[in-house]
Amino acid sequence: MSDLVLEAVKVARYFDVSKPWLQRALTGGRRTTLRAVDDVSFAIPKATTLSLVGESGCGKSTVARLAVGLYEPTSGSIHFEGQPLSAARAQASLRRRMNMIFQDPYASLNPRWRVRDIVAEPLRAFRILTSPRDVVARVGELLTQVGLTPADGEKFPHEFSGGQRQRVSIARALSSAPDFLVCDEPTSALDVSVQAQILNLMRDLQQRLGLTYLFISHNLAVVRHMSDRLGVMYLGRIVEIGPGEEVFRTPRHPYTRLLLDAIPDLEMVGKARTPVGGEVPSPLAPPPGCPFHPRCPLANDRCRVERPGYTVAGGTLVACHAVEEGRGEARGYSTSAV
Amino acid sequence: MSAAHKTAPGAVARLLDSDFVYAYRRSPIAIAASLVAAICLLAALLAPWIAPHNPFDLASLNLLDSFKPPAFLAEGERAFPLGTDDQGRDLLSAIMYGARISLLVGILAVALALVVGISIGLTAGYLGGTVDAILMRVADVQLTFPSILIALLVDGIARALLPREMHEALEIYVLVFAIGIALWPQFARTVRGSTLVERGREYVMAARVIGLSSPRIMVSHILPNVLGPVLVIATINLGQAILTEATLSFLGVGLPPTQPSLGTLIRIGNDFLFSGEWWITVFPGIGLAMMVLAINLLGDWLRDALNPRLR
Repeated sequence: MSDLVLEAVKVARYFDVSKPWLQRALTGGRRTTLRAVDDVSFAIPKATTLSLVGESGCGKSTVARLAVGLYEPTSGSIHFEGQPLSAARAQASLRRRMNMIFQDPYASLNPRWRVRDIVAEPLRAFRILTSPRDVVARVGELLTQVGLTPADGEKFPHEFSGGQRQRVSIARALSSAPDFLVCDEPTSALDVSVQAQILNLMRDLQQRLGLTYLFISHNLAVVRHMSDRLGVMYLGRIVEIGPGEEVFRTPRHPYTRLLLDAIPDLEMVGKARTPVGGEVPSPLAPPPGCPFHPRCPLANDRCRVERPGYTVAGGTLVACHAVEEGRGEARGYSTSAV
Repeated sequence: MSAAHKTAPGAVARLLDSDFVYAYRRSPIAIAASLVAAICLLAALLAPWIAPHNPFDLASLNLLDSFKPPAFLAEGERAFPLGTDDQGRDLLSAIMYGARISLLVGILAVALALVVGISIGLTAGYLGGTVDAILMRVADVQLTFPSILIALLVDGIARALLPREMHEALEIYVLVFAIGIALWPQFARTVRGSTLVERGREYVMAARVIGLSSPRIMVSHILPNVLGPVLVIATINLGQAILTEATLSFLGVGLPPTQPSLGTLIRIGNDFLFSGEWWITVFPGIGLAMMVLAINLLGDWLRDALNPRLR
């Protein structure tokens, strides 16, 4: 167990999105809670990557923020290196070992700071290096490591392209020499050609520095490139989690199957594909039973009432009554929207 | 490293090449307003050296010189280009010294409002929740009162609390406090609004992941990004502050006649307006109007020049 970098057990995070008190009192509205993340468990062994995929609004980014302690879980527990996350974050020596790479390279760098100061910020915050000469040398080293030059440190973020900014962002994340990086859709704001460069860079760094990643994405192709383990999220829950290749080769949860069917590829050119029918239900009022049942081609009465627990299937965990009961395996999916 | 120095031109060269300087050169209003403002500022700053007389030096005043009309009128004397007031003070000198006091009070008051407004706005915007609600309700309540009323109230309280001589000696600071306190809510609201936007940006989250403290994030990350609009408001409010000081002095609750600001001079002249000595009121009035107009035009231009959407 000791080689687990991060372990989340039944983590939930609710947000109070009620109208202001006065408005509630006058119009008779109720408190409303948004269940961004509900009952999510996962573990990330050292030097591996866990990817989480899902549609917009399924709670991926909330999980990312929970994992670095930007949000406190409403219930459940998160452990970093065997210690409760909040206790770990209270110690600078453990806090410096985690960092985060953000989605939007245009918003994640302070526009008024020079790149050398942005990259050096963790060095200064944790007092890792104190002499200015050491800081300059280390910043140059970090910039070289991510494929920029030390001279780029003099520039401001707006002088860079999106991909270069994301490199700066990675250099900053690496500067306190962390072992655990949370990557919140690090490539989704980039051009496809640049995405590949950044992903390759991240893989190289992982191999060289022994990094552990929690990788959040909505792009299955990107995830396939990165993951050791893969979790598929739907409406705040992980519906299927297992070794990356196995999930791709034999997807079991109907939602995972539909997602994989929707990936464009050359063999499928010109053929009709199966879209995932309907809309994601509102997390303000999640459907009873299995959250996926309104869109699921295999749903029956049990799915509408009872929330599925996890079933072990091969190396994966699947939260689905249909998989548990073995129904629908042989049948193809109908394309009818629900 | 030498490559970096070659590619990055000097700060002055970059400033001269910027859109900002280009916009300035293209705007006759901005050039004229900044010239007038610069003349007012220089006249005020250099008054002790370039003014023909020292209006505060009671020994040099001669009552026989009182009520002299401006030099361009028949009865005027060349020694008093803009005439004299009821105590024989040279009006041109009095205006220069008065502008000095008006500008000093205005700048200090705006500086005070800036410090208070930025601190409160940053705190309210960054911390949010109850702190935000309380601070912003205070600002809202204060905004429902005209700023002149608040300044009158503060001045009245100071008068009641301080002994008379002390109050006269401290009058400038009382005025600065009164006007500064009247102006802070506008700064606080602007800063809070921008802070709410910046707070959600990912660079702030990056700083929080490292574990920086809230005050440090507010000062080193958010403040530089919210300062632009505030400085524009500060320029426009400088004119407002000078006018408020003039109004208070005109009403007789501002600076005493021994230390006349422009407002005090206008009030003194007001007593003699109907007996024909119009110049005592008119020239300080023109001076005040020019100064405030120049500052306001400059502020307006600054707002447009720094707003990319209006370009």
